[in-house]
Amino acid sequence: MTRLAIRYGFLALLAGLLIFFSVFADGFFGPRSAVFIFQSVAITGILALGVTCTLVVGGFDLSIGSVATSALMLSAYAMVVTGLSAVTAVALCLVMGAVVGLVNGLLIVKFKVPDLLATLGMMFLLIGAQRIPTEGRSISTGMTLPDGSTAEGTFAPAFLWLGRHRFDLILENLIPMPVVVFVAAGLLIWVFLTFTRHGRMMYAIGSNERAAALAGANVNRYKVAAYMISGVLASVGGILLAGRLGRGDIASGNNLLLDSVAAALIGFAVLGAAKPNAFGTAIGALFVGILLQGLTMMNAPYYTQDFVKGAVLVVALVFTFALSNAVKTRG
Amino acid sequence: MNPACDIVGVKKSFGATHVLRDISLSLPAGKVTVLMGANGAGKSTLVKVLCGVHHADAGTVTLGGRPYRPEGPSDAIAQGVVTVHQSIADGVVADLDVASNLLLDRLADPASGLFVRRKAMRAEAARVAALMGLDLDVTAPVAGLGLADRQMIAIARAMARDPKLLILDEPTSSLSAKEAERLFALIRRLRETGVAILYISHRLSDIRAVGDRIVSMRDGQVSGVFETAPLDYEGAVTAMLGHAMTDVNLSGAARGAEVLTLDGLRLRPGAPAITMAAHAGEIVAITGLVGAGKTRTAEILFGLCKSAGGEIRLEGRPYRPEDAADAIRQGVHLCPKDRADNAVIPAFDLTGNMTLPFLKRFSRLSFLRAGHQRRRTADLIGDLGIVCRSERDDIAALSGGNQQKVIVARWLLEPCRLLVLDEPFQGVDIQARRDIGRRIRETAKGRATLVFVSELDEALEIADRILVLHDHAITGEHAGGTADTAAIIAQVSGQVSEQGAPDKQDQKEDLSA
Repeated sequence: MTRLAIRYGFLALLAGLLIFFSVFADGFFGPRSAVFIFQSVAITGILALGVTCTLVVGGFDLSIGSVATSALMLSAYAMVVTGLSAVTAVALCLVMGAVVGLVNGLLIVKFKVPDLLATLGMMFLLIGAQRIPTEGRSISTGMTLPDGSTAEGTFAPAFLWLGRHRFDLILENLIPMPVVVFVAAGLLIWVFLTFTRHGRMMYAIGSNERAAALAGANVNRYKVAAYMISGVLASVGGILLAGRLGRGDIASGNNLLLDSVAAALIGFAVLGAAKPNAFGTAIGALFVGILLQGLTMMNAPYYTQDFVKGAVLVVALVFTFALSNAVKTRG
Repeated sequence: MNPACDIVGVKKSFGATHVLRDISLSLPAGKVTVLMGANGAGKSTLVKVLCGVHHADAGTVTLGGRPYRPEGPSDAIAQGVVTVHQSIADGVVADLDVASNLLLDRLADPASGLFVRRKAMRAEAARVAALMGLDLDVTAPVAGLGLADRQMIAIARAMARDPKLLILDEPTSSLSAKEAERLFALIRRLRETGVAILYISHRLSDIRAVGDRIVSMRDGQVSGVFETAPLDYEGAVTAMLGHAMTDVNLSGAARGAEVLTLDGLRLRPGAPAITMAAHAGEIVAITGLVGAGKTRTAEILFGLCKSAGGEIRLEGRPYRPEDAADAIRQGVHLCPKDRADNAVIPAFDLTGNMTLPFLKRFSRLSFLRAGHQRRRTADLIGDLGIVCRSERDDIAALSGGNQQKVIVARWLLEPCRLLVLDEPFQGVDIQARRDIGRRIRETAKGRATLVFVSELDEALEIADRILVLHDHAITGEHAGGTADTAAIIAQVSGQVSEQGAPDKQDQKEDLSA
């Protein structure tokens, strides 16, 4: 009984929520509403998939939110201020994400800085660094630059397409690009972690690092790779955010870190995995999205949102740790 | 003799494993009782029961005439049982000065006030130090002191609590001979204050220096008490290792070509050179006490650390593994000791655990072939007689012996040139030990097998040839089956060596070099 509750409890809760909101919230049930929920969690979800990879190797990446906002500012700066093309801007952002991940990984495996501290330091560093070129202001066409000139460039249409394009699916203009990227990244990470030997080794490292090393795994290389995946996914999130906003907004993305970490941790509870997993992370992100959308449609005030997320996280953690431990001790 | 501490009929089990079967032991005041026992004999569990970490399942302990049943470690200390643990780092705070370290417990006491009175504290610390005969500047930071000084500070701090029973867990394990001598002087002084001392060590030099009596433990029971001078060290080692021959069929070993050659290998700088060979189809057991260099040899062979000199050859070619992955690639497998720390992946099922090092063989373009993996695992479950429901069981659901079988099976999954097993019978019951030994012998053909064990029984059960390691040197070689157990025990304990009379002091100096 407890086993069933652990395995399917969270999914049952999700189904219950869906039914509840469909009945009581007008306009909740329907493709447009569903897409809206997906869109609201897509970028958070992409970041959360990155955190999942670092959690799998027993690490943690606190720098994802700041990597995403750095990518946002970098792409804006590249196109609006220096007038580079969309392709160059995207490439720059991806390289930036990979390099940040590499540095995080090296700090952790070579310099033995504890993961939380290394990525916390990186988070501060990036939050600061992204403000320097524009003296702390947001980037948009026509802004005055520190040297007195005016920014003449614009966001390339191809770049905006990444954030705003909607594909047709049954209905016209239904699925936004970020949702497609989220679903694709989710599938990719899920397949990688679950079905490949590299993914399996990463789980082994997270479970018993020394045993994995003695089984011949190059632990350091796997760890660095996990942080690089995390950095790249975070920069993808930042690119999509920039494409959607169409400006280098210095204040956006404040909630990205906490929301994505919450999604990854909620994912522990899905299907009773009790460990980081890509499917759970995606469900975790959706769960929060559905709950917030439903409550908003039932006129819950916006300032209760963080409270609701926190409550969901705590319930999920109880599912994961208390209940599954109870099963283990009973044999 | 008035016993300071009386232990009567203490039992302790973890699940189905009986770690302490029935321990009765009295520890007289003003005497140093040396406790000896091989890995898994239950020494550390007994210490943990005494210092309040574990509760005994049965039996009574009396301390100073009153029943003693500590709630936890701090209660044990309050009642007068103080333990100085093996790793010195646990005993001192390196960032503080000597005075703060000596009085650390008083600093932690909430009744001692909010502010530290530096001057009064130093005076008090100097008094404690003088009492213990420590000649130290109490204002010096501990970080700048040697290991022996740190160890003595830890002991002095323990003594400041005025204990009835002081437990010292291998206190000399990281000290040089000269440093150890200072520690012995302190222990002799403490003995005169009337405290009962339980001293855990295998070292002959320690026992000669401070031991008043020896208690040997084996399989969770007291297997011998020696208290007439001169102490019968060899008898104690015999009681600890045991050598009742168990009937195991050792026939059918055809010795092939030389696979592994150690040519003048030095385990540590200054240690004697080791030269030996292992042949295809042959199982060589290397036995010796804890700290004799068994694990170090295994680690060198698996590329986990570098030797201090000499050459290793594998099938005649120089062999210098970069790391574990390189060793595996070159056909050297290591089944490490301490499975919980070094081998078991608790998050994985049996299949995941068993196939871990060889996932490449079970995957195509990195995609795992789960069916293939599970079939191979199921085969090995049958081969080793692993008791489980299926190959999808969580490894944590298995008993210790079956977990160990899974770990051994992991390294039998692929053929190799050299299989090294470090304490493969650690913490397993007799049936699992038989099953593992049988399977190792069945598969021995075509590879050389090295088995590192500290229990003599285990070596006799499995080996075609037994080598004795003592203080990082090989001190004896015996054919399996017909081995002269008395001679092996003498060599294990370092009393006789092939080179002639043992020179214990010299070897210890080498160690500290």
